[in-house]
Amino acid sequence: MDTLVVHLLNALLYASVMFLIAGGLSLIYGVMRIVNLAHGNLYAFGAYVTAWAVGRVLGGATEASPWLYALLPVGAVAAGALGAVLEPTLLRPLYRRAEEYQLLITFGLLLILEDLMRLLWGPYPLQVSALYEGMGSLTIGESIYPTYNLVVIVIGGVAAAALWAFVYRTQFGVVLRATSQNMRMASALGVNVNRVYVQAFTLGCFMAGLGGAVIVPQQGAVLGMGVDALILAFVVVVIGGLGSLEGALIGAVMVGLVREAGITFFPEIELAVLYLMAAVVLLIRPAGILGRA
Amino acid sequence: MSGMTAPPRRVLAWSAPVLLALIALPFVVPPYQTVLLSYGLVFAIAALGFNLLLGYTGLLSFGHSAYFGMGAYAVAFVVKYLKVESMELFLLGGIVASGAVAALFGLLCVRYTKIFFGILTMALSQVLWSLAFKFFWVTGGSDGLRVPTPSLLGGFVRAGGDKFDFLSHRYYFYVLAVFVVCATVMWVIVHSPFGKALQAIRDNETRAEFVGVQVWHYRWVAFLISGIFTGVAGALWVPLNGLTTPDILHWTFSGKMVFFTVLGGFQTFFGPVIGAIIYNYLETYAVGHTVYWQMVLGIVLVVLVLALPAGIVGTVRRLGLRFAKAV
Repeated sequence: MDTLVVHLLNALLYASVMFLIAGGLSLIYGVMRIVNLAHGNLYAFGAYVTAWAVGRVLGGATEASPWLYALLPVGAVAAGALGAVLEPTLLRPLYRRAEEYQLLITFGLLLILEDLMRLLWGPYPLQVSALYEGMGSLTIGESIYPTYNLVVIVIGGVAAAALWAFVYRTQFGVVLRATSQNMRMASALGVNVNRVYVQAFTLGCFMAGLGGAVIVPQQGAVLGMGVDALILAFVVVVIGGLGSLEGALIGAVMVGLVREAGITFFPEIELAVLYLMAAVVLLIRPAGILGRA
Repeated sequence: MSGMTAPPRRVLAWSAPVLLALIALPFVVPPYQTVLLSYGLVFAIAALGFNLLLGYTGLLSFGHSAYFGMGAYAVAFVVKYLKVESMELFLLGGIVASGAVAALFGLLCVRYTKIFFGILTMALSQVLWSLAFKFFWVTGGSDGLRVPTPSLLGGFVRAGGDKFDFLSHRYYFYVLAVFVVCATVMWVIVHSPFGKALQAIRDNETRAEFVGVQVWHYRWVAFLISGIFTGVAGALWVPLNGLTTPDILHWTFSGKMVFFTVLGGFQTFFGPVIGAIIYNYLETYAVGHTVYWQMVLGIVLVVLVLALPAGIVGTVRRLGLRFAKAV
């Protein structure tokens, strides 16, 4: 019984991080109709910045003071700031061009960011496991479970709720949804579309960075983590529906459950099953479970 | 229409000297350069296939690593299980394997266009990647599978001897010959009524359908041909590399294919060929000179998209036209 609970918690942990990444990707696509291939690298960037900042403050100490947890969001802020710079400089000139070029420029950005992280933080993984171990663990039945994992799950849930409230309950959310539904009409009604785009892109990158920042104490920051995460985020948004936040949530939970089951019962085809799930959903419902065509 | 099938004299006028130069090359330059150019020509074959979809049919695939990889792994499997060493049988294996996968994947993918097409091709190629990565007792996992030097022309040119000498002379000519055959076949295809129908679909799908073009069927055939060309490139690539690893099935390899096709210019026939060859030099020298070679490539790609969207060949042609007008 408690093994099942642990498996479920693992699935939720994975789902929380996937939602943060895929939610950002989906938000950006929903508003701007851009598929950002560099999105995974912003997640990795968030992880690296947090690991670096915490490592600097921690110095050589192995005991983490509770204040250090306040440094976790640094990675998310840094990723958001990076997004705020990238959108006006690299993406804005391309909105009038064919979408092939938008894919290509984000692919170029992926290559650049990948090496930028190698340049800044070297080829070796960064670890901040002090934060992970600092929280200790709790017992579920006869199993032991790290407390930090529960924190990540809570952060994922809170982020999902906050984002929902933001998009559906604020003035900015109304403008965002209006731009998403009809950019020309929103523009004609006086919405500053350029500003909405840069805000949406920043928010999306912030979420990806947050995903990286919260998972880095548990997994560490390694090169290539962004490329791997991107493709799974694609699976999530394709299952849930490109551009739909609720879809990203459902997709993330499904991917989390299937992956956890896969690791336990069919490790050889665990990844293949996820990609096949995406392909099958695309074939049956091209717009995804909750997407609109 | 049939008059368009024959290559115009203009193309022959410059391609014949270029071909002669390529034939003479191994006798002039160091062997390393011919091996390097062999890689470029192999990628050029993949680019020809890839561009049938992007340039002529208007479909951007982000999953062509699947067909390149199938070509390569098919060769590795016929070596491992059937103990074959003839290059012609390698190519046959590559064509059959990549054709079968392209036929199946194409059936699923051509129902969609634009971004959905791109993501679906990518997801399907990732299925193959994860299988090659995880089933290590069949595929060697990330260690890959080794492939020895093959015998060419049905055993007329024997395998063995000095590997580097084999690759830089005999195998280079072989690759060059296959490239010329592929380029000619592709030229005929895109200038045939079938090719014209594809371009009609690209420019206006609805209108093409009303004229009586079976859009779905044409796209599928284009997908199949494109996959087979890429598979041939994969099969040629393995003996050159000596090893096939899951990297060539990963979606980032598909990204490279898109990269060099756009680098050369996908709105022209020879653009992707030039792009593939130049990309290969660019990557080789970037890898040789800096650990940050990905950044170099990324910057080139970003500058290219922002400043030269028509690619190298497209830009040169446009400048040529402007110059001709001025004179």
